Amino acid sequence: MQIYLPIAEVSVNLFLLLGLGGLVGFLSGMFGVGGGFLITPLLMFIGVPPGVAVATGANQVVASSISGVLAQLRRKGVDFVMGTVLLIGGLTGSFIGVQIFAYMTALGQVDVFVQLSYVFFLGFIGATMFWESARAIWRNQRQGAQQIRRTQGHSWMHSLPFKVKFRKSGLFISILPPLALGAAVGILSAIMGVGGGFILVPAMIYLLGMPTKVVVGTSLFQIIFVTGFTTIMHAVNSQTVDMMLAFVLIVGGVIGAQIGSRMSTRLKPEQLRILLALLVLAVSIKIALDLLLMPTELYSVTRLVLP
Amino acid sequence: MRALLLALVLSVGPAVAEESLVTGLSRDDVQITADFTGSDILVYGAVRRNSPAPQSPPMDVIVTLEGPSSPVTVRRKERIFGIWINRSAVDLADVPSYFAIASSGALDQILLPEDDLKHQISLARRLSVTKITANSMDFSNFLRATQRIGSDKGNYVSQQNGVKLAEDTLFRADFALPANLTEGDFSVRMFLLRGGRVIDVKAQTIDVRKTGIERQLTNMAHRQPLLYGILSLLLAAVAGWGASEIFRIWRR
Repeated sequence: MQIYLPIAEVSVNLFLLLGLGGLVGFLSGMFGVGGGFLITPLLMFIGVPPGVAVATGANQVVASSISGVLAQLRRKGVDFVMGTVLLIGGLTGSFIGVQIFAYMTALGQVDVFVQLSYVFFLGFIGATMFWESARAIWRNQRQGAQQIRRTQGHSWMHSLPFKVKFRKSGLFISILPPLALGAAVGILSAIMGVGGGFILVPAMIYLLGMPTKVVVGTSLFQIIFVTGFTTIMHAVNSQTVDMMLAFVLIVGGVIGAQIGSRMSTRLKPEQLRILLALLVLAVSIKIALDLLLMPTELYSVTRLVLP
Repeated sequence: MRALLLALVLSVGPAVAEESLVTGLSRDDVQITADFTGSDILVYGAVRRNSPAPQSPPMDVIVTLEGPSSPVTVRRKERIFGIWINRSAVDLADVPSYFAIASSGALDQILLPEDDLKHQISLARRLSVTKITANSMDFSNFLRATQRIGSDKGNYVSQQNGVKLAEDTLFRADFALPANLTEGDFSVRMFLLRGGRVIDVKAQTIDVRKTGIERQLTNMAHRQPLLYGILSLLLAAVAGWGASEIFRIWRR
């Protein structure tokens, strides 16, 4: 069954869209990532124009994140204090990122810039996470007993001013590192058109030393607002949010998110991390290949949208 | 004297154009609804004559159907430092979003190049280069690429022998419009030819418009973008919360 999307101006299969939304929602609920780094390339792949894919992808991520946060909330997996601090940094960073994006667009190489960002960040984070979780799994199998390993770099974070107690995370650290982390993620998410969960989740575990239990919920909490902000920005600046497309993706996505968040409780944290690492690595390798291999069509046609 | 000359010219005028087209469309509007999957358009007509049809040169008909145009940028990737990135670019001023051409024979046999140039019939003629940037002197490659990409997407269609002639008087051409249409005025042009020369042209338009919810969403997105954005978020929030609640109840 085909459905015509008013803003994208393409007709696509309804069940394909539902499935796509469901898949991304599932990953969102399971890993605490918004799924923007998956939904945007997938939408472009099925023929949705890039601008519409980025903006509508952001809108879909809002819904699946809300659904995910509510599920996490019931098992007390959201640190609101930490989430708010990350968010303040995130919105500031996102604002800066939008300026950088505009500058790169003016230079005419925004596509390559975005692709290289994807390859670099996804590749680095994926590889680091994969290495760490593989070692954790290996260690558990060898010794039987498991030791919870958190970051050792507490010393410098403890010496910074403006210390705040993050009760849910069991941390008493300065708010400066989370603010800076939020800002860095905000910049990246504006440039890459994603919520930034795939950067935030490992950073919260490895840099801030938060327990995995609250990482997913807190990350989703922050993502709701950053992607919400992005959606409004795109709707106002470029009118590229397709509500019809968003609605279908959301219906699939919210169901997937519920199943995903249930699934996440059945897996061990390091298993969860190694799966996310593999996913992130796969996407980064795919984009790297697109850059490295000779494309079948060297030419591309970009239509200027007339007001 | 001048009036006499004018009368003479006027009386001679119609006699030169011995043959002309009378045309019609199966529909002059297409409504894009949520379940729109494409539309069939039949273009038909007849040749009106003052005298019996001449035996030679042979008669042909070409019909073109063209969607709204806009400027495009065509880019070509080149390998730099091991990665493929966009390098040269050509800007085209006026590229149709959809172009279908149907003819009663192979185009290069029934249409003279100079008449193609004059009337801008074929797609290759319709695409005009406006600005060449960087080191892209080989712009014909860019034009060919534009046509190739459009054909691959099904937006550019060529039906040689797509026009059916009956008894050298009646003609018909069938077009199947795809689902991914850009809304606007689609122009239909019909050319009557003899011996490769265009002897009559007729044009009509088809109004392609979104209706219903498609129309409302498009209008709102453009006229009240902030409200539209907030509504999109609200939709997301309600759906996210709703699904969460449904699952909670279902789990009990």
